[in-house]
Amino acid sequence: MKISFPHMGYSYIAFKWLVENMGHECIVPPEPSSRTLDLGVRYAPEFACIPFKILLGTYLEVVEMGAEVIISSGGMGPCRAGYYWVMHKYLLEEAGKDVKVVAFELPRSDIMDFWKKLRWLRKTGGISVKEFIRVFKTAWNKIMVIDDVEMRSHEIRPYEIHRGDTTRGLWTALDMIDKANTLQEIQEARVEGLRQLNQIEQDRSRKPLKIGIIGEIYVVLEPAANHYIQIMLGEMGVQTDRSIYLTSYARKNTIVNLEGDVFEVAKPYLNEAPIGGHGVNSIGETILYAKHGFDGVVQLAPFACIPEIVAKSIIPTVSKDYSIPVLTLFIDEQTGKAGVQTRLEAFVDLLESRREVRERHERLVI
Amino acid sequence: MAKIGIPRTLAYFLYYPLWKTFFEDLNHEIVISPPTTRAILDAGVKEAVNDACIPIKLYHGHVAYLADKADYIFCPRLVSVRKHGDFGTETFCPKFLGLPDMIRFGIDHLPEIIDTRVDLKKGKKELFNVFCEIGSQIGNTHEEIKRAFSKALKVQKQFDNLLYQEILPPEAMDIVFNHKPAQVSHDNCDLTIAIIGYPYVLYDSYINAGLIRLLEKENVKILTQDMLSDKTMNRQAKTLPKSLFWYFSNRAVYGGLHFMARPDVDGIIHVTAFACGPDSLVDRMVEIEARRRRGMPYLSIAVDEHTGEAGVRTRIEAFLDMLRYRRDKI
Ligand code: SF4
Ligand code: SF4
Repeated sequence: MKISFPHMGYSYIAFKWLVENMGHECIVPPEPSSRTLDLGVRYAPEFACIPFKILLGTYLEVVEMGAEVIISSGGMGPCRAGYYWVMHKYLLEEAGKDVKVVAFELPRSDIMDFWKKLRWLRKTGGISVKEFIRVFKTAWNKIMVIDDVEMRSHEIRPYEIHRGDTTRGLWTALDMIDKANTLQEIQEARVEGLRQLNQIEQDRSRKPLKIGIIGEIYVVLEPAANHYIQIMLGEMGVQTDRSIYLTSYARKNTIVNLEGDVFEVAKPYLNEAPIGGHGVNSIGETILYAKHGFDGVVQLAPFACIPEIVAKSIIPTVSKDYSIPVLTLFIDEQTGKAGVQTRLEAFVDLLESRREVRERHERLVI
Repeated sequence: MAKIGIPRTLAYFLYYPLWKTFFEDLNHEIVISPPTTRAILDAGVKEAVNDACIPIKLYHGHVAYLADKADYIFCPRLVSVRKHGDFGTETFCPKFLGLPDMIRFGIDHLPEIIDTRVDLKKGKKELFNVFCEIGSQIGNTHEEIKRAFSKALKVQKQFDNLLYQEILPPEAMDIVFNHKPAQVSHDNCDLTIAIIGYPYVLYDSYINAGLIRLLEKENVKILTQDMLSDKTMNRQAKTLPKSLFWYFSNRAVYGGLHFMARPDVDGIIHVTAFACGPDSLVDRMVEIEARRRRGMPYLSIAVDEHTGEAGVRTRIEAFLDMLRYRRDKI
């Protein structure tokens, strides 16, 4: 079967490998472009959230490219994402597209259904159970390693001497991961990719500002949806740490995971969890980034995103209590790159002058 | 005895009889905000985060009105009122989930908030515990609470039964509390229209620009999802690929689907709040189903802070003309 799936950052590299090695043909979803968004906007309800629109646009594009099956995820609320597939199905039908949408509900909410769908994928691909397990494990490793190199790129970018070196280095690393086929090859690609990134010519005397990126998962994970905000900030000389990676929950060494239960952290401000999406996380993570000495936080949210609106209404208090500036960027189809850039530049200026004031005070104290 | 401030919006329209009876039986005084006015709306727009939907802004406005008039603001956290949905996880819109925190951090100088968590997934019996918590926060004993609770349930039931007799909630409240005799007569009505949507949009005549009065003047018999029993509505759940996650949204959808199958209904109007997240799904889904299931005429009206009566009237009149034309043709 010709299978496709949503595009989320660089994860498509691993998913493509997975689909192909299960014995299917992969229709690789193109990176979301203005055409993707236009298509999505044309067929989606006006107030659907932007991830919904981009995904719908992506689905329409992959159908054009020949996809017969689209794999996506389900969910049990409390926000809209778990209902995306149902609505996407309605809309694809209405648009007269002949494509099957297969959504995986969380195994813990419907384990039978989950296994049934996995089995169907395996059987139609024609591979054995043993092979299936191996393929899965390998693909998971790919995602891990993709996240590893991406994380490193965000650490290094603010130090790069030649603008663009890091991003080029990242792509070299991703290409190597793309070509790897065994666990060993993936590890080698990782080591080599990180080595090349580390070797980029850097000015280590710089003292980059540190900004935490929080918000709704899709716009945080998909650079094309957030105007490559991490690259933009990196090239402004800012180091960014992102609260969400696909492999976050399997990591111990990231700031957000370091502190354990982010819901607990958020509790004094939002005494209910989850409220959908990353609403509660956004509050907890703002606190965590403040505690870890970050200079500021950027909250990324789709326009009219319900949980992020709840978070936004509470964040000003958190920001005051912990003395950490927060910039909220609501993203919709009208958001342009230039606008985002201007707002980020102003924000970075603000953070810089705050830092200067702080350092002057510290010098005085000494 | 305490003064309990109750905002006249959101869940008020369906649960006020329960709340009012409970607090009054405990000898507390209820301070209720007036029906929405321009001033309340403006206050809400000022206090609430500017990306919020109209109903949430309105809620802020009503709370701000009560801030210096009550000892407590009654803002229970509605998490669930039943075990429902494909995974039994039905809840309320995320804005309801975060509501007490939104007002706590959004509005200055608020009195204490009664933000008891209402989660009845385990069963209706949980409701008593909820009221025990509320009662003890305002200093009542277990015995008092028990008595007040059972009385409140009775009054709520009486109210619910009036709704099932196809009486609209505002009138039903009048009957329950002011003993006004029911005076609904549909003798002159030549059309029956089902209006679906959230109670806080349907029954707040300010925010929907007097939609219901308008229809009544046009000799239309009005039905809403709140006149249907849970059993009737839930039958519709099976006809969908998956239920939505939010109580009020599910009611609107099930109500819509139910009315589509009723021969006595001529058309459906969905009243939706501008920029409402869940409604972006509800609206399109009901529209598609209305077309697929019976070619049921469907009108969607989005209300926002600038909705004027003239605009609503024009659209309603056109819709009614279309329905009458359609009927006479057959
Ligand atoms: S969290 Fe935001 S973007 Fe995600 S489904 Fe909910 S409203 Fe949409
Ligand atoms: S359901 Fe819609 S109108 Fe109601 S609170 Fe949520 S977003 Fe607002």
